[in-house]
Amino acid sequence: MLLLSIASLGLLGVDHLTDMLGEARSILTLAMTPIVIIADYPSRSANVAQEALASRSDMRVTIVDLQQRLLLLQAKTEKMAALTAENNRLRDLLGSAAKLEDNVLVSELIGVDPNPARQEVVIDKGTQSGVFVGQPVLDANGLMGQVIEVSLLTSRVLLVSDEAHAVPVQVTRSNLRLIARGAGVTRRLELNHVPDTADIRAGDLLVTSGLGNRFPVGYPVGVVDQVIHDPGKPFASVTAIPSASLARSRHVLLVFTEARLTRDIAPESDGQP
Amino acid sequence: MRSQGIWVIAASFLLAMILSIVALPDFIPYEVGYLRPHWVALVLIYWIIALPYRVGIAVAWVLGLGLDVLLGSLLGQHALSLILVAYIASSLYQRLRMFAVWQQSMIVFAIIGLNQLVNFWIESIAGTSQWSMWFLLPSVVSALVWPWVFLFLRYARRLFHVT
Repeated sequence: MLLLSIASLGLLGVDHLTDMLGEARSILTLAMTPIVIIADYPSRSANVAQEALASRSDMRVTIVDLQQRLLLLQAKTEKMAALTAENNRLRDLLGSAAKLEDNVLVSELIGVDPNPARQEVVIDKGTQSGVFVGQPVLDANGLMGQVIEVSLLTSRVLLVSDEAHAVPVQVTRSNLRLIARGAGVTRRLELNHVPDTADIRAGDLLVTSGLGNRFPVGYPVGVVDQVIHDPGKPFASVTAIPSASLARSRHVLLVFTEARLTRDIAPESDGQP
Repeated sequence: MRSQGIWVIAASFLLAMILSIVALPDFIPYEVGYLRPHWVALVLIYWIIALPYRVGIAVAWVLGLGLDVLLGSLLGQHALSLILVAYIASSLYQRLRMFAVWQQSMIVFAIIGLNQLVNFWIESIAGTSQWSMWFLLPSVVSALVWPWVFLFLRYARRLFHVT
C-alpha cells in the first residue's frame, strides 16, 4: 500500500513536472488502444446502421447534393490555384517569402474524453502517420485544436474550447490581434484583454494569426458573438462561437506545414500546451 | 486452492473500462456526462469483497495506471485514488459482506466520494480542473448503481465458479 502510493505520487510528480514519461505513456496507450476501439464500436455501428437503413431516394438526394457541392468546390479550387499563384508572384515582387501550401491528413475521431469538464478527443492517427505533438487539427469549418499526446496508432487532441487552451487570433475586419481562450464549453470562446476602445463587434470573423509559430495563418477560429462594455472593468468582455463544429465532427484534418516537414520533429517550448 | 475463472475477473474489469470511456451520443447534453458512475471502482470493490485474496491493492494500481492512460490524466492519478479505494475496501471486507445491499451502497458512496476527492485534489494541483460541486455526483450515481453491479457480478461469479 505505502510502496505503491509512493510510486504513484512519484509518477504524478514526474509526469506533471517533466516530459520524461512520454515514451512510457505512448507504449501504455498503444496497449490500451483495443479498449478505445471497442468503446467506439457502438457509435460507429449506429452510424453504419443509419447508412444501411437510409432509403434509396434519400441516398439519391444526398448523392446529387454532394455532386453539386463537389462541382462548386472544384470551381473554387481552380480559382484558388490561380489566386495563390498570383499572390505568390506579388509577394515575390515585394521581396517576401512565398506562402507555402499546407498538406492535410484526414483522420477519424475514435473517442471523446468522458469528463465533461475537459474538451479532449482521441483520433485514429498516430506517430505511424507522422503525427506530432503540437500539430494543428482542423475540421471542414475551422480550427479544432492541437495534438497534445501521440502514440503509435492514436493521438489525443485538445480542443480550442478547453479551458487550458489558448490560440492567437486576428480579427479579419480590423486586423486586431487577440488571444482566444477556451471557456470549457463546446460552444464558447473567450477573448482575453480586449481594450474597451478596440475595434471589434459581434459578427466579426476571427482567424489564426500565426503568431507563436504553432498554428498556420488564416484558418477560421470563430465568430464574435457578443461584446459587453462594462465601465467597472478594465477590459471589454468578448465571447465568440467556434467555427468548427467541435462536438459533432467525426472527421478531422491534421495539418502539415511544409516548414515543419523539413525540420526535425522536436518538442517546441513556445506556445500553449 | 486452485484459482479458477481469472478470465471472468479480467473480463469484468475490461467491461468496466469500456463503459467508463464509451462516448455519449451527440444529442444528449454534455452535463449528462457527470452522471457516469465510476465503473472500475465499483467492480474493484465487488471483487475485493468477494475474493480479497485474489484482488487487492496491486490490481488496483495496475487498473489505475490503465485508466490514467485511457482518460489522459496524469500518470498515477487514478492509480493513487484506486489504491485508496482498494485499501478501504480490503480493510472493511468482512463487515461489508455482512451488510445488506443498501448499507453497502452507503459505504460505496463514501469510498467513491473519497476517490473523487483525491482525483479532484490532484487535478486542481495540476491545474486541469476548476472548482465545482459536480465532481461529487459520480459517487451518488455509483451508490445508486451498486446494487445492480453487485447482483450481476455475484451472478457471474456463481455461474462461472470463480474462486
